[in-house]
Amino acid sequence: MHPLLLSVLIFGVPAAIALGWVFLRGGGALRRYIATRVALTLPMVFVLVSVVFLVLRVMPGDVASATLGPKANAEVRQNIEETLGLDDPLVVQYARFLGQVATFDLGDSFVGARRPVVDELGERLPATLELVLPAAGVAIALGLVLGASAAGHRRRLRDYAVRMFGVVVYSMPVFWLGMLAKGVFSIWLGWTPVAGRIDVLANATLERTTNLLVVDSILSGNWEALRSALHHMVLPVLTLGVSISGLFARLVRINVIETLQQDYVAAARARGLRERTVVGAYAVRNAMIPVVTVIGLQVAILLAGTVLTEAVFNWPGMGLYLVERIKVRDFQAVQSAVAMFALLVAAIGLAVDVVYGVLDPRVEY
Amino acid sequence: MSRIGILLIVLGGLAVLAAIGVGTAWLAVRRRRSRYAWFFLGMLILPLAVLALLPARDPVPVGAGGEVLVEVRGLRKWFPVQKGFIANLLSRGHTDYVKAVDDVSFTIKRGEVLGLAGESGSGKSTVGRLVLRLLDPTEGEVVVDGVDLARLDKENLRVYRHKMQVVFQDPLASLNPRMTVGQAIEHPAQIHLPDTTPEERKRLVFELLDAVGMSPPDFFYSKYPHQVSGGQRQRIVLARALITQPDLIVADEPIASADVSVQALLLELMIKLKDEFDLTYLFITHDLATTKYICDRIGIMYLGKIVEIGPLQEVFENPQHPYTRALLSAVPVPDPRHRRTEPLPTGEIPNPINPPPGCNFHPRCPIAAAGVCDGELPSLRPVPGSEDHLVSCHLRTGDHTHLDPARTGGPSA
Amino acid sequence: MTQDAIAADRSSVATGDVLYSIRDLSVEYGTRAGEVAAVDRVSLDIRKGEILGLVGESGCGKSTLGKAMMRMISPPGRITQGELWFAGEDLMTVSEAQMREIRGARLGMVFQDPMTSLNPLSKIVDHLTETITTHEPSVSEAAARDRAEQLIGRLGLRVERIDDYPHQFSGGMRQRIMIALALALRADLVIADEPTTALDVIVEAQFLDLLRELRAEFDLTIIMITHNIGVVAEVADRVAVMYAGRMAELGSVDEVFLDTKHPYGQGLLRAVPNIELDGSDLYQMEGAPPNLLHTPSGCPFHPRCPHVMPICSEREPAFAEVTPGHRASCWLFQEHDGEGER
Repeated sequence: MHPLLLSVLIFGVPAAIALGWVFLRGGGALRRYIATRVALTLPMVFVLVSVVFLVLRVMPGDVASATLGPKANAEVRQNIEETLGLDDPLVVQYARFLGQVATFDLGDSFVGARRPVVDELGERLPATLELVLPAAGVAIALGLVLGASAAGHRRRLRDYAVRMFGVVVYSMPVFWLGMLAKGVFSIWLGWTPVAGRIDVLANATLERTTNLLVVDSILSGNWEALRSALHHMVLPVLTLGVSISGLFARLVRINVIETLQQDYVAAARARGLRERTVVGAYAVRNAMIPVVTVIGLQVAILLAGTVLTEAVFNWPGMGLYLVERIKVRDFQAVQSAVAMFALLVAAIGLAVDVVYGVLDPRVEY
Repeated sequence: MSRIGILLIVLGGLAVLAAIGVGTAWLAVRRRRSRYAWFFLGMLILPLAVLALLPARDPVPVGAGGEVLVEVRGLRKWFPVQKGFIANLLSRGHTDYVKAVDDVSFTIKRGEVLGLAGESGSGKSTVGRLVLRLLDPTEGEVVVDGVDLARLDKENLRVYRHKMQVVFQDPLASLNPRMTVGQAIEHPAQIHLPDTTPEERKRLVFELLDAVGMSPPDFFYSKYPHQVSGGQRQRIVLARALITQPDLIVADEPIASADVSVQALLLELMIKLKDEFDLTYLFITHDLATTKYICDRIGIMYLGKIVEIGPLQEVFENPQHPYTRALLSAVPVPDPRHRRTEPLPTGEIPNPINPPPGCNFHPRCPIAAAGVCDGELPSLRPVPGSEDHLVSCHLRTGDHTHLDPARTGGPSA
Repeated sequence: MTQDAIAADRSSVATGDVLYSIRDLSVEYGTRAGEVAAVDRVSLDIRKGEILGLVGESGCGKSTLGKAMMRMISPPGRITQGELWFAGEDLMTVSEAQMREIRGARLGMVFQDPMTSLNPLSKIVDHLTETITTHEPSVSEAAARDRAEQLIGRLGLRVERIDDYPHQFSGGMRQRIMIALALALRADLVIADEPTTALDVIVEAQFLDLLRELRAEFDLTIIMITHNIGVVAEVADRVAVMYAGRMAELGSVDEVFLDTKHPYGQGLLRAVPNIELDGSDLYQMEGAPPNLLHTPSGCPFHPRCPHVMPICSEREPAFAEVTPGHRASCWLFQEHDGEGER
């Protein structure tokens, strides 16, 4: 199977199973809500993809001038445009692109060896997933723990420390944080590799199936490659995760503090429930409702943040890919990559909405 | 579109026409051609004709000054129920409504205090807002001092509003925290009494502060709302309402958030102000006990309808509607010897989206007659032997009084 | 121990059926302007099986007293002195863990706003089973559910609605659920803080009827904290009136309402609108409740009192018995010859 499909399925299938489980277990209102959200996701993706297509055509410059330079021969130029199908009417190009998206055959890229875009994405997307998902996990875990503990120790040292951490980390650009981390841990201390996803040697021995290096190395039992991949992951993942966690921590803190002041928390204490239950089951769970919304939005920003992180750590992911291909006006690659991003964001949006619906019984659609 | 925008477009159009007129006139003169002269005439006449046809702006009505100050006829306010996108598609555009106010009519005479009482969700506050036209009614009309508010355009309504002021339950929420007491009271005067000088207005504010018992006025004039007590804040709101010299004050739970001892003071103050400033009150409350001290007449609301209305004394001493009886009997009395006389209705107020058919109260009514009360909607009719005491109950007035257990010696006599 | 506390002690010994005894309790709140005594040396005995009405205007300390009885005063407030005797123990001396076991199991609390005192994210049944299993870990989830269903049925709610969420219930129903939570473990004493204030009159009356029934059925003792004098007259056996953080008057409901001793209580009762009386003017009490940062010297009510005497501003009256069981802190009923005993 194609690595792109595989790496999507690895995350998509469990998510779909979870969704189905929630759907089957939930009441009528929740089911209706989920059905609505799923139904609304497709038109949303369609709109996003269409906008991307249009914006690219409006953008100045074209692939021929970008690759051949401004003084290119008109005939050569026309030849290129003909081969790439750029001389067709816009509607035809648009229809072709929609057809490609629908069949997951994203055509061939415009530049270089003109490899199928699917193959290129199949190398890049897993890299980004391997960076973003653990980073999101780090950010959420760190944010929850720090935020909740700061709220529980309000106006004490721990609270001030968390708030300070939040401000500092949030106001620091991720690339700067990344270079700082690299300077300290990779160059000065020499604990972590400087760049890339894996050692050259380990890479050579690794049998690729999904291009998710951690998964591949486990599948093939190549523990040396696994060690190397994890070793390379640590710093980029932590950098990105920590940089986002500041906002989460502050958000969790303020929401937990607010819920701790609610009457139902006082009522729960008056029933003699343990403080752990009160804070955990009451305050944190209620506080999660607004937090989840923002996390959903933030993960989208996280994807954008990967461009910078990938640049700093020379991580061959989607962000770097996009930058490279925008430069040469490789429309095919760019619009496909962005469509991929759109799908991802839509999937995250769906997940957030479903979590929201599960968390809050008052939600109706 | 804004008023100024429309004006500019109209004037611009006329100017263009006039310019064409002038141009053709010049051509006609130069070339001595009578054809152009006709054109010229036409172009000149057209703008004039349009100007003549432009509706003249209605003058702000002054009010009839008659005996009846407020007349409400067939007032309805149905709020559409907000539904989700899909639910809306599935119901094919069919919308449910919360019938917050459903066919309410009453009049308030000048100088009278009409109480409007009911439980939460009865629609009493919505009626207040409709009378002030803070909300547009779905149906029905509100006539204040002979002027149908629906006929006023936005500007005239704004000016006419000085005749009707409102006092809400929470004075802190109705006062701008960054305005001093003096500024807050004076503010409406700047809008509604533009001819007054700042000195006159300040004197007026001082007089009003004195009138509402905030003395010495110069002490309170420069205080901020958070620096005075809750009771004093409500006095400030009253003073602010009075500065536009209103005829009508709609008081929506004006004393509900105050402590008992402060409630009594505010109630006395409202009675005093009414006499001093020739006011008329629409007094909206959930607390029937307080209406006794201030209202001349009272209307009892249930699920968006007035079920009983009449002189306070008569309604309290001889309540006709089973709901009124239940409500009156449920009011806690500060006397340990007192015992409730009426059985409580079971359950709670039903969903106002799908109110019960027939008489809304029949599922909870102790005397409901099957086949009558669950079928036809009762209308407000005079209680036998009284003209201005109306009740909407099949068993108390009309054709079905023989079913009334009170007449046949039943339990609810 | 002060004179008052000793007196309270004596009376509890005399009657022998005291369930909860507050001795000389003070609660202070730290504010930027200084310490505020929200509850000031209050002593009060709650008798087994009674409904005690605790009335007063906002800021008189009645709610703080209720919270202090659960030992639920949170910073910046703190209990500065006093004893809370319940079930043979001074609750001020027990550990927080023990206190947590007592809360819910033996002391229940019902809050003012039924709309906000239930967790919006938990089903009704979870509220109940969680409370039961926390205090009785041996009870299985299914058994807890059975008990929850019985309670919900007893309180007049449809049993199948037990799996619904709080927002699907009306205010009156939610207040019943709050009572069910207090009854889930058969609490001996329920402290109800303004339980009917957010309810409409008919629902309020239904709720009060229910409360009376439950008291008999579950052998409950109830403290009804409220500003609504009418509610107290309707359900209470005894009434305590608070003013400026102190006890002003205490007695049986008939004594306090029909033979009011304290001038504040007298004024308060005459200022309450009464639907049964003809609409004669309401009594207008002078002034406003004091700012607790600057509580007047002597009797805190003296600046507003129509019967004020020279001694009232000089020394504080004791909360002493006027007739057996009927106490008032007022010099009108106490010996004073210049310099007093204190």
